[in-house]
Amino acid sequence: MSILKPDFIKPVGLGALIFAALAFLPSLVDSYYMSLAISVVSFAVLATAWSMFSGPTRYISLATVVFFGIGAYTVAVLGEVLPFPLVLVCAGLAGTMIALLVGFSTLRLAGVYFVIFTFGLTELVRQVVSWYEVNVTREMGRYVFLDITQNDIYWQLLALFAVLLLTGFILGRSRLGFALRIIGEDETVAKHCGIDVTRVKVALFVLSALFMTLTGAIMAPRWTYIDPVIAFNPMLSFQVVIMALLGGPRRLLGPLLGVIPLTLLFEVLTASFPNHFSILLGCVFMVIVYLLPGGVVGLYEKYRAPKKRVLATDQNAKTGGSTA
Amino acid sequence: MNTEILLSISGLHKAFGGLIAVNQMQFDVHQGEILGLLGPNGSGKTTVMNLISGALQANDGKVVISGKDITNLPAHKISHSGIARTFQLVRVLPDLDCVENIEAGLAYRTKPLWGDAAHGAALELLDRIGLAKQAHTPAGDLTYIDQKRLELGRALALQPKLLLLDEWLAGLNPSELQDGIALVRKLKIEGLTIIMVEHVMDAIRSLCDRCVVMNAGAKIADGTPDEVLSDPEVVRAYLGDSHA
Repeated sequence: MSILKPDFIKPVGLGALIFAALAFLPSLVDSYYMSLAISVVSFAVLATAWSMFSGPTRYISLATVVFFGIGAYTVAVLGEVLPFPLVLVCAGLAGTMIALLVGFSTLRLAGVYFVIFTFGLTELVRQVVSWYEVNVTREMGRYVFLDITQNDIYWQLLALFAVLLLTGFILGRSRLGFALRIIGEDETVAKHCGIDVTRVKVALFVLSALFMTLTGAIMAPRWTYIDPVIAFNPMLSFQVVIMALLGGPRRLLGPLLGVIPLTLLFEVLTASFPNHFSILLGCVFMVIVYLLPGGVVGLYEKYRAPKKRVLATDQNAKTGGSTA
Repeated sequence: MNTEILLSISGLHKAFGGLIAVNQMQFDVHQGEILGLLGPNGSGKTTVMNLISGALQANDGKVVISGKDITNLPAHKISHSGIARTFQLVRVLPDLDCVENIEAGLAYRTKPLWGDAAHGAALELLDRIGLAKQAHTPAGDLTYIDQKRLELGRALALQPKLLLLDEWLAGLNPSELQDGIALVRKLKIEGLTIIMVEHVMDAIRSLCDRCVVMNAGAKIADGTPDEVLSDPEVVRAYLGDSHA
């Protein structure tokens, strides 16, 4: 019903054009910039997927790398057995299963308990995979030799990002997305309004995890060698949180505003100060949390707030109220 | 008055550790009446409201609405069985505007409304509770009475059979109180059944058909407002032995 309205067609059409143009990037730049572009797009998917759940609910998840690593490991295990699209399907299924399990068992936790649990989960999954590799397969580390080029990875990630943005856009106008916002505002009220909060939270957690898993699977062929320490590196989860918070996790395109500058900054840091990367990352985190609590988006909205309210009112009256 | 029983509570029991907050509570609410739930602070009134609405789980007892047992169902299912509530400390969705606050009540009820239909219904309801002008104001920016109105609007959006008002009239100034009483009376005329926890005597006398008085978790009186307010047991609970 709302699919044919101009306020739906316009942004989606514009987005499609931008993505079509970005698909030609490989013919314009050399392989160093392609590798940078892959970093940007992969972080863009991760940070946007993270924000899809954590933005409205304000549950800070440090489990990003759990799903990313599961995706990567699925490719390492099945990559040479099955055709690649089928491997992606398997990765997606594995990520969904784990996310369902984690979701139903932990989303009753709130606040700092949830943060700690998701952080611990990374360690748990890494240890379980290590244990399995040492005791069952008796081989630590796996080689990924697949006939997939850098450009293929870029296009796959770009397509995944496009699907994610479309999903987020539709979600922002759906009852499910609205339910998530209400839960973020006040979970008790949400329950008494008839929302099954556990189901809504698990649904979004799984959806977000699915995109993270697929990112890991698509990125796996980029490394030729994978072991649990590489695939389940908790640093990745922190990087994604920092990027999403810098950009602003409560708007669909907010995280992207954090991803671009920070991917470039991390690139410089790892190249110039490889031994001090963690401590510099920590400093960046603190600066963002103290100086930009609402992210770049929040800053932007704060400075045009007085005018915006009037404008937003007019706009809401025209478009039917619910914004993304 | 119609004597059909809408809500029936029997043997309701709730303990927090060693503290028995609700002890063998038992009362019925008839279709279309306003029942006042009274008692000194800490007597367990809000706990009863929380048990009925599913915010807390009972240790024992039964809550039945229209013949359907809803004891200890999750809150969202209880809301689907026709019970809506407001909170003792007003709870609006502060970052959402008034229309969206009402839409929160419309979008997930048994017969949900969404999109243009929900928007239209929300504006209509805002008009009914006197908030039409603030339709696009974030709920957090409203005055206290307007937040209370909005919270009531959200509860009404659920189209409940039974409305639970937990000190909805508390903290209002005298003119706001008159507005509030008029609003609740209008709901009664429209046929809604209401349980209200209230301390404001004017409101109790002018609105309630019947009152249940609690003390220390148990029911000590049940009758018309005049009957219960002159009951020596009730006077003793509020004022101590020497006044009884």
